[in-house]
Amino acid sequence: MNTILALLILAPVVGFLINGLYGHKLSKNLSAVIGSTAILVSFICTMLLYKTVPETGSRIQFFNILSLEAFNLDAAFLIDHLSLMMMSIITGIGFLIHLYSAGYMHHDKGMSKFFAYLNLFIFSMLLLVAGSSYTLMFFGWEGVGLCSYLLIGFWFTNGEYANAAKKAFVMNRIGDLGFLMGMFLFLQNFGSLDYSVLKEGQLHISSGMATAITLLLFVGAMGKSAQLPLYTWLPDAMAGPTPVSALIHAATMVTAGIYMIVRSNALFVMSPFTMHFIATIGLATALFAGTIALFQNDIKKVLAYSTVSQLGFMFLGLGVGAFTSGMFHLMTHAFFKALLFLGAGSVIHAMSGEQNIAKMGGLRKQIPITFWTFTIGVFAIIGIPFTSGFVSKDEILNATYAFSPMYFYLAAIGAGLTIFYMLRLWYLTFFGNFRGTKEQQDHMHESPLNMTLPLMVLAVLSIVGGFIQLPELFHGHPYLNEYLSPVVKNLVAEHGTEGHEGFEWALFGGTIVVLIAMFAWTSNLFGKKESVSEKYSGFAGVLENKYYVDEIYNFLVVKPIEHISVLLSKIVDNKIVDGMVFITGKFVTWSGTTLRYIQNGQTGFYFLMMSIAIVVMLAYNLLFKL
Amino acid sequence: MLATYAFFFLAFIAIFFALLVVFSKNPIHSCLYLVLTMFAIAGNYVLLNAQFLAVVQLIVYAGAIMVLFLFTIMLLNLSSENEPVKSNLIKFIATIGGGSLLLVFVLALKKTDLGPAPLMFPNPNQQGMIQNLGKVLFSEYVFPFEVISILILISLMGAVVLGRKDKKVNPINE
Amino acid sequence: MLKEVFIDHYIYLALTLFCIGVLGVLIRRNAIVLFMSIELMLNSVNLLLVAFSSRMGDAAGQIFVFFIMTVAAAEVAVGLAIIVMLYRNTRSIDIGDANKLKW
Repeated sequence: MNTILALLILAPVVGFLINGLYGHKLSKNLSAVIGSTAILVSFICTMLLYKTVPETGSRIQFFNILSLEAFNLDAAFLIDHLSLMMMSIITGIGFLIHLYSAGYMHHDKGMSKFFAYLNLFIFSMLLLVAGSSYTLMFFGWEGVGLCSYLLIGFWFTNGEYANAAKKAFVMNRIGDLGFLMGMFLFLQNFGSLDYSVLKEGQLHISSGMATAITLLLFVGAMGKSAQLPLYTWLPDAMAGPTPVSALIHAATMVTAGIYMIVRSNALFVMSPFTMHFIATIGLATALFAGTIALFQNDIKKVLAYSTVSQLGFMFLGLGVGAFTSGMFHLMTHAFFKALLFLGAGSVIHAMSGEQNIAKMGGLRKQIPITFWTFTIGVFAIIGIPFTSGFVSKDEILNATYAFSPMYFYLAAIGAGLTIFYMLRLWYLTFFGNFRGTKEQQDHMHESPLNMTLPLMVLAVLSIVGGFIQLPELFHGHPYLNEYLSPVVKNLVAEHGTEGHEGFEWALFGGTIVVLIAMFAWTSNLFGKKESVSEKYSGFAGVLENKYYVDEIYNFLVVKPIEHISVLLSKIVDNKIVDGMVFITGKFVTWSGTTLRYIQNGQTGFYFLMMSIAIVVMLAYNLLFKL
Repeated sequence: MLATYAFFFLAFIAIFFALLVVFSKNPIHSCLYLVLTMFAIAGNYVLLNAQFLAVVQLIVYAGAIMVLFLFTIMLLNLSSENEPVKSNLIKFIATIGGGSLLLVFVLALKKTDLGPAPLMFPNPNQQGMIQNLGKVLFSEYVFPFEVISILILISLMGAVVLGRKDKKVNPINE
Repeated sequence: MLKEVFIDHYIYLALTLFCIGVLGVLIRRNAIVLFMSIELMLNSVNLLLVAFSSRMGDAAGQIFVFFIMTVAAAEVAVGLAIIVMLYRNTRSIDIGDANKLKW
């Protein structure tokens, strides 16, 4: 088991080192093969671990990194059902996306660099989920942040992209600060950052302290998982290549916050206030991002806001206590959102780089495989019954209803928004007449097999992914809940669903009715559109401009800081700091020009000075010493 | 008793001619007065029973070095007319400086306890004899002796190199 | 009138000669006279060394004087050569003119 785990963790590092150090000497295909193989090895190792891992999980220690009186840091990994599930998602989807990238990035010069970054990302992510302490998680946390920065700014020659990367980095730093402070408080209270202290009923701290720690940790999660108010970096992060968006900004990295909360569930349940807060933030984010997505015309931006919104749903699930439902949605979301992003990438690829859906339309004939797989993704996310998205979202909604009916209604509206904007995207992209240029139409082509294969695999997963936990209503069995139960328990599931059977039927029926209505409405609205307006007026305009949040942040935070910086640079730096430096220099120059007249070349003068010095020294000794 | 009178006489001669060295206008006169001072000091060496050094003083200083000075002065054809003179202010300051130096030295000496001072004359010590000095010089100080001989050689070569007329050197004031 | 001579007297004599040498260096501008003043100072030190050597009954002091004389001879040889060169170049032996190294 140790060997397998070491191989699992180190394979991406090896890939990273080979591609990173010798990438310029390798051919593009070789780079891709090395990068993908490394992840495939990791994936196979993960699968092998399933058999050997004990139910209670096992802590595997390799060596001790740092040993201090008050602090101990081991290179140890905690392999249990939760981390194994995350590792499967990371390596599995990671491998598919590597495969896809080999085709997508084929025209790019920085292929080996790209794969090196991706491998490094997978390594960091594995460290994040497999590490057995918050310290290791933080290493991974920062590592994925770095890779995210590098990959968003992959085409860094474009200034806007580079700025988007910086924005993501800075936003994440804000969250990281909270996470770090949470860690410090945790260390102070428990004397260790290892997960072994996280045992339910054994955490002896006041609820106030628990609230403080969990809130700080949640700030970290807000940054990493793009929740209100720190979400603005994620839509901008779409500047990166599409596979990156699929891997990092949809399937894996942004779910780190959710994983962290689930991992620390024993702590979070001690603070009802934090749980409530998480639920509220999640719900608000889901609605907020959902409304913005309604009027976006950039295919990737729509998906990005949809990701933010879905992450909001996951946090809602966590907040209402349905930890495993949150994890379940994380998993299904990883499937269908990766699928959607890769499909979008395929569409962009076919459209020769065009991302604006207003200039697409009627693509279903030209790129059938992409169309069908994308369709499955859309169906999964909007919750066509028995697809994975339906099952997981249904579970979260159920749990939310048990928590508070008002939250449920709002969440349902959020789900409705999802249906609307996803169908709008779907119709505008694949139906109606082509609205792009002639050249784009001529260049239109289906993607190669190594790009479509991941799409097909993910499409299958998006459909069947929900079957592991069908609602009891349809005689399903909560396999996932059982599987995760040694690590985390669903607070809501304990109540059972017996009293709510009627409600569940109502929800199911309601879903179908809404879906049919939405299909009819959106197909009417967008199905045969000849042209799509690029500008919206009124409230739609506000939505199109993302509620002007970026502008507000710019006004409230960025501009004041800039002004203060300019002020400081002009006054403190230029006048005071530089002034002191200049004064030193000027003093030396002045004293030099003044004192050089003493150096007049007259031997007699030197001798006189020498005599006087001797006299003074001797006189001093005579008068004061002897 | 005679030795005491001899000391004071020699001391007076030395100081008197030393002052004349400094204050006489003509460098040639200075040089000759300095020779006289050297003689007085050599006499003091005899009083201190350091006969060898007294002889060396006469031969090396009064004989060789001062003759070198005279040669140089005559070679450069110097006389009191072209003697540059310092301003009176500088002379005043210099006198003050030299005087205060002497004052401080004397004060320091007054404060120093030299221990019970034995009479200097007649000096019974025989270490100033040439035989004794030779033994010490060629046993204990044989290495510095050899080194100093090399120094002499080097200075000889240096003087030759410096004194040679160099065609390439362009006189500055011409 | 003193009837006896002690080491103090020799020290005073040496100091006086030394200070006269210093005075010479300070008030004269003729490089050769300057040199003579330096010789005077060296001689005063020699005298002191011999006086102490006699008093202590130690030959080392006289050996030192011997070395100092040697060094003085070497110094005078080189120094006078330099003065000759100086004169040849500047037509003057004013020490005040030899200030080209000032800055």
